[in-house]
Amino acid sequence: MPAVTELELEDLETELFLEGMFRRYGFDFRQYAPASLKRRIRACMRQEEIETVSALQDQVLHDAAAKNRFLLAVTVNTTEMFRDPAFYRAFRDKVVPLLRERPRTRIWQAGCSTGEEVYSVAILLHEEGLYDRCLIYATDLNEAVLERAREGIFPLSAMRRYSENYFDAAGQGSLAEYYTASYGNAIFHEPLRRNVVFAPHNLVTDGSFNEFDAILCRNVLIYFNQALQARVLNLFLDSLPPGGVLGLGAKESMCASPYEADLETLDGAAKLYRKVR
Amino acid sequence: MGYEIVVIGASRGGMRALATLLSVLPRELGGTVVAVLHRGEGLGDELIRFLQSASVLPVREAEDKDDLRRGVVYVAPPGYHLLLEKGGLALSTEGPVSWARPSIDVLFESAADAWGERVIGVVLTGTNADGAQGLARIKRRGGLTVVQAPSEAECPGMPEAAIAASAVDHVLPLAEIPALLSRLCPDLNTVKP
Repeated sequence: MPAVTELELEDLETELFLEGMFRRYGFDFRQYAPASLKRRIRACMRQEEIETVSALQDQVLHDAAAKNRFLLAVTVNTTEMFRDPAFYRAFRDKVVPLLRERPRTRIWQAGCSTGEEVYSVAILLHEEGLYDRCLIYATDLNEAVLERAREGIFPLSAMRRYSENYFDAAGQGSLAEYYTASYGNAIFHEPLRRNVVFAPHNLVTDGSFNEFDAILCRNVLIYFNQALQARVLNLFLDSLPPGGVLGLGAKESMCASPYEADLETLDGAAKLYRKVR
Repeated sequence: MGYEIVVIGASRGGMRALATLLSVLPRELGGTVVAVLHRGEGLGDELIRFLQSASVLPVREAEDKDDLRRGVVYVAPPGYHLLLEKGGLALSTEGPVSWARPSIDVLFESAADAWGERVIGVVLTGTNADGAQGLARIKRRGGLTVVQAPSEAECPGMPEAAIAASAVDHVLPLAEIPALLSRLCPDLNTVKP
């Protein structure tokens, strides 16, 4: 029997588990960036008080509730309203004028998690007088977070930070105008989601489903390996007309992508690109 | 095979300590330096400019999926964890670990997993215990571990925590760490880029 280190064994178990997860449930994590994925699987094992990846696999494959807990643990749902305010300022300055030229606008927020950034974009478009002719498709692979996004209820304790972000993002009023405070929660007003469609979509396994004037996918691609990043960028390009806008996360780079030539930079620091052909 | 990756963690007092360390690393350093410094989210480009002004090596803020180039210093961007893969760098916005993002433990543990005995881990000044578990993992996976001597660190807490968590290979004054690193890493002129 060949000698195998604990780490090699864990890598083998992880490979088998991800294969099983895909074949049993259709969720494909096989091309996620391995280092942070491994951390999240380990964190899930601690939470479930399970010693090995094989034992986690046993539980997840046989128990749908355990599968749902795993999905929440293995995806990253860090988000906040007006996260990276400079991005929203650049969006106002450089993307809004392009959207104004169109009679109707479709925007896709891919990997929207619990929706904080969807409400942020809705508020921005409302303030620019564009919201009524916009349709926002907000997607995530995880039904549990989409359900929370649909509710639009966020902890009141976060509003101070979000208000600062909103102010830094050149918000034109006060964030408090958009929600009602109730029992420690901020309940965002219904009109903000009137033109939002929350729907499940998996960037890894699902295809293009529409054409969009702008696609925002921020801090999602960092969890994918380079091959998968290229595939998803291709999916975005397939979903953009010439002139369509793509917005990525602040530290995400197009440099290694085979599609660099298909996109021109609208704002380098904000990672806003425009499809040229 | 030799050492190829130097991971450095620093917290309070770390900006000055890191600049001092980088200022004496030679241009011929054949390893890749990856550093996590705890700092406020506001401090972005200024930190990189400050560190660059101290060093002859190129200093860059890490972007997702950056290649690892020898002789380059990569610094974690504020608000992101920085991880090492076998083929390059990766970022994550997962929640803070021990109140820190970037977390030194996250960098060190990923370095140990992906690069094993080719890693040198260095813990510098700071007041918390970040880096201690990660350094222990580097040691367990056959890497080399170095800690700034607590007696001369601006804040001794982090070096002390690292020393308490595992049998550290070298406890050295800051001024002696660069010479050790340049001796242990290959000379850039003798290795493939």
